[in-house]
Amino acid sequence: MIRVALPAHLRTLAKVAGEVQLEVAGAATQRSVLDALEALHPTLKGAIRDHATQQRRPFIRFFACGRDLSHESPDAPLPDAVASGQERLVILGALAGG
Amino acid sequence: MSGVRVLVGTRKGAFVLTADGRRDRWEVSGPHFAGWEIYHVKGSPIDPNRIWASQSSSWFGQVIQRSDDGGQSWSTVGNEFAYASVPGTHQWYDGTPHPWEFARVWHLEPSIHEPDVVYAGVEDAALFRSDDAGQSWKEVPGLREHGSGPHWQPGAGGMCLHTILQHPTDPARLFIAISSAGAFRTDDAGQSWKPINRGLVSEQIPDPTAEVGHCVHRIAMHPSRPDVLFMQKHWDVMRSDDAGETWREVSGDLPTDFGFPIDVHAHEPDTIYVVPIQSDSEHFPPDGQLRVYRSRTGGGAWEALTKGLPQRDCYVNVLRDAMAVDALDSCGIYFGTTGGQVYASRDAGDTWSAIVRDLPAVLSVEVQTLP
Repeated sequence: MIRVALPAHLRTLAKVAGEVQLEVAGAATQRSVLDALEALHPTLKGAIRDHATQQRRPFIRFFACGRDLSHESPDAPLPDAVASGQERLVILGALAGG
Repeated sequence: MSGVRVLVGTRKGAFVLTADGRRDRWEVSGPHFAGWEIYHVKGSPIDPNRIWASQSSSWFGQVIQRSDDGGQSWSTVGNEFAYASVPGTHQWYDGTPHPWEFARVWHLEPSIHEPDVVYAGVEDAALFRSDDAGQSWKEVPGLREHGSGPHWQPGAGGMCLHTILQHPTDPARLFIAISSAGAFRTDDAGQSWKPINRGLVSEQIPDPTAEVGHCVHRIAMHPSRPDVLFMQKHWDVMRSDDAGETWREVSGDLPTDFGFPIDVHAHEPDTIYVVPIQSDSEHFPPDGQLRVYRSRTGGGAWEALTKGLPQRDCYVNVLRDAMAVDALDSCGIYFGTTGGQVYASRDAGDTWSAIVRDLPAVLSVEVQTLP
């Protein structure tokens, strides 16, 4: 079980409260977790990754275990603590004013 | 008694203002989609309970919301706006080629002919259409590939397709406008497009009378007279009597002919409204006096409408999509400001009052006249 923390605006958009819990088949990577997240909440398509390129939107960040994973490959394994559900994958909006 | 619903898009959410036909007591609901930029909210002219909203943010991209109960509840619909072909390039601000990139939906125009059809004008400029009530979107072919695209360039707010006008009886005829490319018309439901900018003069481009490149801010039409178009250009208020084939200036005695919105009285097709703004860099009313100008002669001769509007120390702007009219008798006029006020007139502009005054900066105002 993977635990994902969404920023407030995306929780509102997806109509969820608190963290999202997901099951991911195979290795836990940014791509597999986001695929599962978007399958569960299709309204999030395009809000985290670009529809066409599947690249992270510029002002979105991925944190876990006290590290910024935003610039890692989407196919790199997530930390074991995230894969095991011990730690959350935190998706957040970058500090960009407003 | 009939009523009015005013749909307000702001920098930080949408608001719905409602009143009965007297238009003297207003209820405000919102913010809907709090924290998001709402570039436009518009109701279907066929089904007034169906309302569309363009919701976007720099962080989370584009969302389209649809309500089927008059704004009581909302559901997300499709939000993928993929250009139909290799997008190519347009001119960047410095004149260099820049790849076409989707940024946001500026304007949603529900069809006046089919309830499940809605058009979207987007940045970077293109026209999209949904035939399934917003579930999916397809680019309307021909416009971006008209051939002049590499010469289009963004206005200060981005290269946006911001105006979509439908012919009242001919679904194949549409007018659109782009900043800064100009106005275009299709007579075959979007297969082919023709620039309709003859008569426009823009000193800000190398050839002031070029076929494209003009910064058109807004076009308005009265449905009883669809060949007559009124335009607020970057500078100049213009009029066409031949469906855009030719334009002539009708700025007349306006104190300044720079501005953003222009609209037409619901029952008098020669009565039009603009909000003069000091200049292209001074986006506020001249002399700190917020004045709507009305022409009852289809342009040329204008009168200042000031009663109830601030006449000192007012430095707000009124954006291109932020003026609308209702269809009651007498006609109501509404506009929103970057200072968060929405002003309304129940008497075609003679007197005004703020029906809400401390919203986030207003991006758009639309009005539904309810049965």
